[in-house]
Amino acid sequence: MVSYIVKRILMTLLVLLLVIVFLSLLVHIVPGDPATTILGPRATPALIQKLRSSMDLDKPIYVQVGHFLLNIFHGSLGVDAITGAPITKLVSNALPHTLILAVTSFALAILLGIPMGVFSATHPNSLVDRFVAAISISLTTIPSYVAGLFLLIIFAVDLHALPAMGIGRAGDTLDYLRHLILPSIALASTWIGYLARLVRTSLLEVLNETYVRTSRAAGLSERLVRYKYALKNALIPTVAILGVGLGSLMGGAVFVEIIFSRPGMGLLIYNSIQVRNYPMVRAGVFIVAFLFVLANFFADLLYTYLDPRIQLNKRQG
Amino acid sequence: MQYIEKPSNPIQKTLDRMPILGDVLRQPLGAIGFVIVLGFLICVIFAPLIAHYDYARQDIPSRMQGPSGKYWLGTDQLGRDIFSRLVYGSRIAFGTAVPSVAIALTAGTILGLIAGYVGGVIDNVIVVIMDTLQAFPSIMLSLAILALLGPSLVNVIIVIGLTWMPNYARVIRAQTLSIREKAYVEAERSLGATNRGILLSHILPNVIGPALLLAAMDLPWVITFEAGLSFMGMGVRPPSPSWGVILSEGFNHIFESQWPIIWSGLTLALTTLGFTFFGEALRDVLDPRLSGTRGL
Repeated sequence: MVSYIVKRILMTLLVLLLVIVFLSLLVHIVPGDPATTILGPRATPALIQKLRSSMDLDKPIYVQVGHFLLNIFHGSLGVDAITGAPITKLVSNALPHTLILAVTSFALAILLGIPMGVFSATHPNSLVDRFVAAISISLTTIPSYVAGLFLLIIFAVDLHALPAMGIGRAGDTLDYLRHLILPSIALASTWIGYLARLVRTSLLEVLNETYVRTSRAAGLSERLVRYKYALKNALIPTVAILGVGLGSLMGGAVFVEIIFSRPGMGLLIYNSIQVRNYPMVRAGVFIVAFLFVLANFFADLLYTYLDPRIQLNKRQG
Repeated sequence: MQYIEKPSNPIQKTLDRMPILGDVLRQPLGAIGFVIVLGFLICVIFAPLIAHYDYARQDIPSRMQGPSGKYWLGTDQLGRDIFSRLVYGSRIAFGTAVPSVAIALTAGTILGLIAGYVGGVIDNVIVVIMDTLQAFPSIMLSLAILALLGPSLVNVIIVIGLTWMPNYARVIRAQTLSIREKAYVEAERSLGATNRGILLSHILPNVIGPALLLAAMDLPWVITFEAGLSFMGMGVRPPSPSWGVILSEGFNHIFESQWPIIWSGLTLALTTLGFTFFGEALRDVLDPRLSGTRGL
């Protein structure tokens, strides 16, 4: 187990290093120069050269990557190319809003999706099961931005029931929560449907296993068998996708943040892309990738811990 | 003997002749999906015949109108017919989704075959590169690349192909690993077959099935992905009638008229739903073991 964890940590670090290399490499592979784009066609060569060197673009890849890593160890992510503000400050302002949004959506997905799946699996092929199946498959196929726009139209533009833009007045928690409702539902919708379907499938599978039949035959109550023994094992595959889920919610947050003008990471990266603010894009995407990899890593550990049947040496392939 | 005779209507006969499609259509959701996919394909092929107007034809005096006899689904901010734009938009959805999935499938298959068959250092390198590509949420990876490439149809196709490729490489690699050790491959090798021969005539035909199925099921995701990128202005650019562009223009005029958002949103959702129903029915028919295993 320890050697597996060490190996997994080393692998994670390697992937993160390669993420930085990839992001730095991208600028070189792709035609066009961010400095020229930022400054426009009338910039003097000297000015372009100055901006290039401030973004490290005039140096070879390994120097760029080295600088980036060295900066990280000093708690810095570089400087915004447009405003000159430290990127760590911009990120620390934006990241909490995205994390709150992602975690709220995730909680929503778990609170609604898992009961839906359990109910379907314990009443297979009933009318309710079919109804839940239709709802959950529809939810999985509606993209978050369509869900967001529809919610915006119904609850904000037409009914004026909920706020549509921003995060509310500073310091007003209740207002913040009101501004969180529509975005988190929009972001969660796909995952509510997805979790419902996943839980239904895996619970049905577990309910057919011999140990469940044995417990029933031994006279244990149906409630105990279903919810204590079967559900526990059925939720293991769900844990496995928790990491991917949280990560993909952080990615999907970009749409929701644009639609509801939430000043989170997605909007920050999106705005930086519009003005080709390359250092900000690189740092922002790196942060999101970093959290994604981290979430996957912990979900993986949790998964191996919860299900001792998983053979570690097999999973390393 | 009347009572044991099979009903012999023409539809039943046709279904019996095409076993796979027949089995798909026998599932209610599969049949609904098939109808939607068929409708989508008809729009793609016959767009100029179905649309009343050219997708770029402007009628400024009647801009931002609701549905009417003249403009079935209403008009957008430039007085363009929403219905016609949506019909032509199917061509962009199709024209992005199919090539990008084809790129992902081809590149992923080649890399997966090499990684699984050759093994060793090459395998490790390929796996680490795929891990790195998958370390980004797919939308972030695409945005980072498109930020530098600039938005265009071709760039979107390349980026989606690259983003989706690791899934295929993984599936093909895993399948190749298990088949590589089979007795008949050993036998071929001992008979002097070349690696290329073994790969192409024995391994590829056996591993490609799951990847093709994955490709069919990825189509709706790729369609929403392209529309999402276009919605952000990072994909297909206006005046192209991409569904994402229509959504985004509707978003910019949300207080004047909501019809562009409603119709393009519904079209997008319905198309995705149709492809998903069809794809899942297809999967249940072709490979029941995979049922319910698909990730996002």
